Amino acid sequence: MRKEMKKLLGTGLAGLSVAAMLSGCTGTEGGADTAQVSAADNGDAAVVGFIFVGAKDDYGYNKAAYLGSLAVEEKFGDKVKVLRSENVPETEEASRTLEQMIQQGATVLFPTSYGHLYPAMDVAEKHPDLVFYHQGGLECADNLGTYFGTIYEPYYLAGMAAGAATESDKLGFVGSFPIPQVIENINAFELGAKAMNPDVTTTVIFTSSWSDPALQTSAANSLIDSGCDVIAQHQDSTKTIIELCEDKGVYAVGYHADASELAPNMWLTAAIWKWDELFCDMAETAIEGKFDGSIYDGKYRAGIAEGVVDLASFGPSVSQETKDAINEVKQKMIDGTFSAFSGLIKDQNGNVVCEDGHTMTVDEAESMNYFVEGVIGTIEE
Amino acid sequence: MYGIYGETITERVGVINLGTEGCMIAGALAGYAFTYKSGLPFMGVLMGALCGGLLAFIHSLLVIYRGANQLATGLTIMFMGVGITAFLGIDYVSVSCKGLSPVAIPLLSQIPVLGPVVFNQDILTYISYILCPLLTWFLFKSRSGLILRAAGEDSEVLSVYGYNPKLVKMAGVILGGMISGIGGAQLSMAYTHTWIENMTNGRGVVAVALVVLAGYNPKYAMIGAYVFGGAQALQLLLQAQGVNISTFILQMFPYIFTIFALFIAAKSGKQSAPAELKKIIESSAN
Repeated sequence: MRKEMKKLLGTGLAGLSVAAMLSGCTGTEGGADTAQVSAADNGDAAVVGFIFVGAKDDYGYNKAAYLGSLAVEEKFGDKVKVLRSENVPETEEASRTLEQMIQQGATVLFPTSYGHLYPAMDVAEKHPDLVFYHQGGLECADNLGTYFGTIYEPYYLAGMAAGAATESDKLGFVGSFPIPQVIENINAFELGAKAMNPDVTTTVIFTSSWSDPALQTSAANSLIDSGCDVIAQHQDSTKTIIELCEDKGVYAVGYHADASELAPNMWLTAAIWKWDELFCDMAETAIEGKFDGSIYDGKYRAGIAEGVVDLASFGPSVSQETKDAINEVKQKMIDGTFSAFSGLIKDQNGNVVCEDGHTMTVDEAESMNYFVEGVIGTIEE
Repeated sequence: MYGIYGETITERVGVINLGTEGCMIAGALAGYAFTYKSGLPFMGVLMGALCGGLLAFIHSLLVIYRGANQLATGLTIMFMGVGITAFLGIDYVSVSCKGLSPVAIPLLSQIPVLGPVVFNQDILTYISYILCPLLTWFLFKSRSGLILRAAGEDSEVLSVYGYNPKLVKMAGVILGGMISGIGGAQLSMAYTHTWIENMTNGRGVVAVALVVLAGYNPKYAMIGAYVFGGAQALQLLLQAQGVNISTFILQMFPYIFTIFALFIAAKSGKQSAPAELKKIIESSAN
């Protein structure tokens, strides 16, 4: 077998593929062989590295983060070199890619996927003088801060649009994995919908994948067949389900980026990311050596008030009345007088998870392992 | 479905192509890209078949003429297919393309419950319905099928009869790759209307496993494929109904059901690997 492998390598046909095979056959997020680190000739410029788990043009999570990295490049011009690497799996491969970037002079690194956290922690420990910003992590280190947006805020608002739009009182939600990031969005969506329509339920299907279009299609179809007339999602690439909604004539709620052009008739709105300013400020803070003790040293969470998350444009079917109601709540969120997770909230079993008059802290929201009342679905304990 | 039929032919000529996944993903991208460029779904299907066939051609060339290890080559083809398509497909990730739409068959699609599910599909799905009997007839009744199977059972006998067993094997592998390629094209053009890297997500690997479990017989392979697909649909449906079972257990359904079904099916039929394939399995075990 080994001999054969050598022989194959000799033919030069498959060098790339074998490398991919050896570097970990997780196969979850595409071929590692497309992960390339663009070479950089640094000069005096500071070097900032970004790694992404998927491709940059997926109308989703990675596109949003990629746009943020572009903003850093544009803002600082010659003063900053930006290195990027797409399709980096959430394995040791991420550590290797980060090390590679460090060898090219990178001093500020952005591992942007949830599962990049532990590989990044390992690398951060070995390079205490460099700064790491992890997207969405629940743990920090001395030189590794995590940042994220309270995306559940716009999800609450999108839920309001969905609750007003539904006629069957059944909303569908195609989730990826039952992790807190996803669960809090589903809960906020249902709570927002209920604010407009007390009878509404949200049925959840998990696909156990960030991006499997065939499963996305099957899951969305099952939801539509069981009577849901609004489909929301927490997937990395949102295109498949949004186009399916347009095709089947059910309303679509997007995620990550505005994809209204994919569903001109059935688009409601979406919860979207706006990383530009935050990425620029984080990069600048680190380059100037001000990371220690800054707001980014630790768990930094920004919301709709800071403009890190927002609601996308409304589709044609959203009535003016609904828009006004949503904008009113949005303004309260910005003013800090309203939170998606406050007041009396019960879980699926009727247990009180948030007392009347209490507003959940970010930590409380990020450790959710239950669905709120009105959500139909199961989470593994 | 198509992946399974393709691999059945491949293995019948005594070659195992673990690269079926690669053929499918190549077909998925080619199908989507060419439909988008030309506006003709027919072109997409054709190019999907050709690209699947091309990868199978590389596999057969290495395995049959260069004597490369089939398992290593197959894996390489798989990763090559996934990697190359991820690279070439970047421009097609965010484009929209209609592809093949469902066509309802009059009357039949009116049958309650079953009708809309079975008879409101795209043309490739309809073809897949008749592909099983067609393939069974082709492999076991037609002369070409006999020759193909002979290449998988005892290639020396075939050369005595004046056929070049290497060419016959190659034809079988390429045909298998083309059918797998159509399977990939169906996934991108007809079912999801999307191209994204690695979208086959291991379905080609499942196909290889199903073919072996199904005793290299298209009939059992079809049962396996429907049970697998059915169980997947069922687990999503159960989630949609809010059944209180862990999603992790539900997601094992397709695999458990399929193994169980094939266990029963294989017991009643003879489990017979083509002789030339047995040789490979035995030799690589040493």
